[in-house]
Amino acid sequence: MTNAKIVNTNALGQVVSRVQIDAVLGICGELKAIPAPLIPVLHAVQEKVGFVPREAVPLIARELNLSIAEVHGVVSFYHYFRQDPGGRHIVHLCRAEACQAVGAAEVEAHAKRTLGVDFHGTTRDGAIRLEPVYCLGNCALGPSIMIDHELHGRVSAQRFDELMQDTRTPAAGGKP
Amino acid sequence: MKTRIYVPRDAAARSVGADATAQAILAEGRRRGIDVEVIRNGSRGLLWLEPLVEVVTPAGRVAYGPVQPADVPGLFNQGFISGASHALAHGPTEEIPYLKSQERLTFARVGVTDPRSLEDYLGHGGYRGLKAALDMEPAAIVAAVTTSGLRGRGGAAFPAGIKWKTVLGVDSPQKYIVCNADEGDSGTFSDRMVMEGDPFLLIEGMTIAGIATGATSGYIYLRWEYPDAKAALNAAIATAYEKHYLGENILGTGKRFDLEVRSGAGAYICGEETSLLESLESKRGQVRFKPPLPAIQGLFGKPTVINNVITLASVPIILDKGAEYYQHFGMGRSRGTLPIQLAGNIKHGGLIEKAFGITLRELLYDYGGGSLTGRPIRAVQVGGPLGAYLPESQFDTCLDYEAFTAIKGMLGHGGIVVFDDTVDMAAQARYAMEFCAVESCGKCTPCRIGSTRGMEVIDRLIAGNNPAKQEKLLRDLCDTLTYGSLCALGGLTPYPVLSALNHFPEDFVTSVRARVPA
Repeated sequence: MTNAKIVNTNALGQVVSRVQIDAVLGICGELKAIPAPLIPVLHAVQEKVGFVPREAVPLIARELNLSIAEVHGVVSFYHYFRQDPGGRHIVHLCRAEACQAVGAAEVEAHAKRTLGVDFHGTTRDGAIRLEPVYCLGNCALGPSIMIDHELHGRVSAQRFDELMQDTRTPAAGGKP
Repeated sequence: MKTRIYVPRDAAARSVGADATAQAILAEGRRRGIDVEVIRNGSRGLLWLEPLVEVVTPAGRVAYGPVQPADVPGLFNQGFISGASHALAHGPTEEIPYLKSQERLTFARVGVTDPRSLEDYLGHGGYRGLKAALDMEPAAIVAAVTTSGLRGRGGAAFPAGIKWKTVLGVDSPQKYIVCNADEGDSGTFSDRMVMEGDPFLLIEGMTIAGIATGATSGYIYLRWEYPDAKAALNAAIATAYEKHYLGENILGTGKRFDLEVRSGAGAYICGEETSLLESLESKRGQVRFKPPLPAIQGLFGKPTVINNVITLASVPIILDKGAEYYQHFGMGRSRGTLPIQLAGNIKHGGLIEKAFGITLRELLYDYGGGSLTGRPIRAVQVGGPLGAYLPESQFDTCLDYEAFTAIKGMLGHGGIVVFDDTVDMAAQARYAMEFCAVESCGKCTPCRIGSTRGMEVIDRLIAGNNPAKQEKLLRDLCDTLTYGSLCALGGLTPYPVLSALNHFPEDFVTSVRARVPA
């Protein structure tokens, strides 16, 4: 991203580019005619931009004829929507009971230790963001994690390390 | 001659390598000059055997599993494409006792057919229910659902026919069918398996609901955690439109039904029907006061049938084979079958569809084969994170809504999570309060604040800080949650907390907590 494209740096130091703003406006234009478009718009923005930039909130509000408070209220209510950038890959680690019963707490501790982050944190190299999730529907084959949209079962500490290695390796389809 | 081999595309099978296995089978076939066709079916639900590969032989489908890519050359060497024996062979799939002893009504096609193929669906009895419904008066369809005894499989067990009758009886130019596919309970995956493994079944069930109640528009509210189900549903919906099973003129009858998938965004509370409706309206998923009931004023203020995936997916067989056929299965007031999900620390985890009335013990030991770790089973949680923890002394309880209510538990969506003797039940009780705090919608005070106070009280209790007083306080707080919460999240969180405290009090006592492994 070149400096010329930077149109704003918000209070959190996020760089919001013209490209991102155009993406948000494009998505709003495409979806605003459907019934109750806000959540579909937020999904599309997060899919395209990687998160829902704070700058996008007033834009979305304007485009969908909602108040900023309404949009902020929805973005902040749902665990899945992220308002800060970070993490080329999102790792969702299941914390629910069925995974607990087969050692999810150990995998969680291992993940936090080896990645050097807590939940909602991103590794220093920017490759991996760790998020908790409450059930991935893979309860007979836990512990389970989801890397981006790929589900993995029977994830031991060792398997977790292999998966993180694969995720960071471009040859295996990952972005470094 | 082309050899047909089934390798599931179900997310659970893929989570343990089914894609790589499918690739390896194709590659090995090419290398040996054998013409192999791989069909990606749903999962049979024998999840400990995934990836479960089935080879079509003249004598039927033969099962091998779990098959990893490294096993593939050996399987070819042993002649698995003609169904030969092998260390991973399980013989004819349908003869595997785990599967053979089930009563698969709703799951009849799951794992059998190609979920992307409408022809396969039609060839296995699909859309017979809709065709029957199209020849019936709406009130007669509703009466069939009522007579079948079908109760909401999402957890609340409310009679489906009564909900439908209410919507049918309201005069409104617009009504909706909403499918609750926000399957958030830990230990449950039956909705996911149906949506991935037999998506046309859910579409058919929703279409029948629309015709029965006069609703022309439907939404499937699907949790984001199920991307494979989303892909399967969207593919099936597109095909159904193309072949006039959806749209403005269903099978030339002039009847209309439109259907769309909407994604949730990670909120357990949105499995509660009124929060779900708020979320479908793109609002914060906060619980609504009832009344008005959703059947009268639901989505966008219009009369709405809102049912769980399994409830709607059970409707086609009721219309196809008759209410009496379905009603014949089950016990007491729990009629039909329940897709039970065996999960957690269990050797043979999976999907078991049985008539109501089977005992927990049969499920845990005859089907489940005991714990995965081989240690004694100490506790099971039935019905998701708001369900009670049951000790061994209650394993003879029958799976029946009323039998579970009688032991202060609930059957919920039919998930059973198994724990061995290393479980710390005080930690599980604390987790129940923590989960409630994380997932509370914040609308009512007992749930929003009580859950956090509950964690604190449990922390003091297990630290031995005036334990008698803390226990009294915890029970009092649980009373407030039970009787003062707006919905089941706050109202039922005391189930896991108090069942842990009542059945496993030793885990809460500081002096004996040394027994509990860290």
